[in-house]
Amino acid sequence: MNRRLTAPLPPLLLLAGVIGAWEAYVDLGSPSEPPAPHAIAAALWNNAGLLATNLRITAEEVAAGVLLALLIGFVLAVAIHLSATLRRAIYPLAVGSQAVPIVVIAPLLVIWWGFGIVPKLIVIVLICFFPILVTTVDALAAVDREQLKLLRTLDASRWQAFRFAELPAALPAAISGARISLTVAVIGAYIAESETATIGPNSGLGHEIVADVNALQTPRAYAAAVVLFVLAITCFYALTLAERRIAPWATRSTGETS
Amino acid sequence: MRDTVVLKDVTHGYRGRRGGRVEALAGVSLRARRGEVVAVVGPSGCGKTTLLELICRLQRPEQGTLDCPSAALMPQRDLLLPWLSAVDNAALAPRIAGRSRAEAREAASALFAEFGLDGFQQARPAELSGGMRQRVAFLRTLLSGKPLLCLDEPFGALDAITRAAMQDWLADALRSEPRTVILVTHDVEEAIVLADRALVLSPRPGRVIEELEIGLPHPRTRSDAEVMQLREHILGVLGAARAPELRR
Repeated sequence: MNRRLTAPLPPLLLLAGVIGAWEAYVDLGSPSEPPAPHAIAAALWNNAGLLATNLRITAEEVAAGVLLALLIGFVLAVAIHLSATLRRAIYPLAVGSQAVPIVVIAPLLVIWWGFGIVPKLIVIVLICFFPILVTTVDALAAVDREQLKLLRTLDASRWQAFRFAELPAALPAAISGARISLTVAVIGAYIAESETATIGPNSGLGHEIVADVNALQTPRAYAAAVVLFVLAITCFYALTLAERRIAPWATRSTGETS
Repeated sequence: MRDTVVLKDVTHGYRGRRGGRVEALAGVSLRARRGEVVAVVGPSGCGKTTLLELICRLQRPEQGTLDCPSAALMPQRDLLLPWLSAVDNAALAPRIAGRSRAEAREAASALFAEFGLDGFQQARPAELSGGMRQRVAFLRTLLSGKPLLCLDEPFGALDAITRAAMQDWLADALRSEPRTVILVTHDVEEAIVLADRALVLSPRPGRVIEELEIGLPHPRTRSDAEVMQLREHILGVLGAARAPELRR
C-alpha cells in the first residue's frame, strides 16, 4: 500500500485509543473530572470563530518568535564560532539566560514594552534561541578541518571558506535546532500571553485558556489547548519540510529522487 | 630543464596527540622538473602528508629550504562538498578566484566528457560512485590552474579493482594534461605505473633512502617484467628499512 496514505494511521489510531479511554474514564467518574472529549469537541465547534481568531494571534507570535530566534541564534553561533573572545563572552550568558524564570522578567517586559506583541516575542525568543545556538555552534565546530585546509590550498579567504564549507553545514543544524525550539515556542507563547496578560477577548490562546479556567469554562480551555496541540504539530512538520527544501543534502536520500 | 620544485634538507615535526614531539621528516631533499611526475613512496606514518602540507604551504618547514610554485592538493578523501553538484564541486577553484558561477561551470563542464563524467554534472556527490568522486576531486585540483599538483594517496580509499582502473585513467589524464605532480602513496605499484621518478622514504622520521628513475614507456602494465622487477626492488628497499622487530 502507498506509504503516504498509511503513514498517519498509527498516530490516528493511538489518538483514537487515548480519546476513547478518556471518554470512558470521565463517564465512569465524578463531574469534577476533566471535561469529556465530547464536551471539548462541542466547545471547539461552538467557539470556532473565537478560537480561530486567538489561534491567528498565537500562531503569529510563534512564527515571528521562532524566525527571530533562528536569526539571533544563528548570528550568535557564528560569532561564537569565529571569535574565541566572543565565545567566552556570550556562551556562559546564553546558558544562564535559560535559567531565568519568565515570571520574574515578564512584569519588567510589560513595564518596558506594554501589552503589545513585543514582550511576547521577547519571551518566545528567550526560550527558543538556545537550542538553535547550541546545534549551530556544534555543526560549525564539526566542519572537517581537512576540508578547510583544502579550501586554503585553493586560495579561499576566511569569508570564502565560511561561505562554501561552514555556512551550508550550519544551516540545516540551525533549522534542526528551530524544530526543537518550536515545540517549546508554543508553550512559550502560552506563558508569554498568560504572564503579560492583556485585557480583552482576542489576545491569543494562552490568554484564552487563563481566562476560561478562571471563569470555570473548562471545556473551552481544553478546546484551546487542543488547538495549541495541533498548532505545535503543524509547525514542527512545516519546518521539517522547509529543512528538506533548503538543505536536501542533509536528509538521507530514500531513493525518491525527482 | 630547470627544476620547478626544490626541497633541500627539510626537517619538520609536530606536536603529537600525547603532547610529545613527533619527528615527521628528517633532512628530506626533493627535486621535480617541470612536467615531471615524482612519486614519494613510504610506509604509513613516514611523514608523506606532512611533506605535501609543506609543499602546499599549509605549514612552514622548521629547517631547510623550500622553493616551489603554488600547489593544489588532492587529498586522500575526496572532500567534495555534499551541498554542491558535481560540476560546482569541480568548479570550486574558479569560483574562489572570483569568476561567475556560469563561467566556472562552463569551464568545468567542458572537461566532464573527457573525464568520463558526462551526464553527471548535476549529480550530488552522494549519488556518485567512489571512482567518479575521485575523478571530480581530480578535476577540482586540475581546474585550480596551479602548475603543481600534490596528490595524497589519491586512490587509497578505493577498492583494488577500481583503484587499478583509476591509476590507468590518471596516467592517461596526465599525458593529455601534463602537469608537475608530486604523488604520495604507499602503493608501490601505483608509483611505478604513474611516475617518472620515485623517492622511497624510510619509516618515521622520513628520510629519502632511495631515488630511482622509472624510464618505462607508457602505457605501463602491471604484469610487465620491468614493472614487476622495479616493484620487487622497491619493496626490498622498504623491507630493509623496516624497524628490526618487524623484519623477517
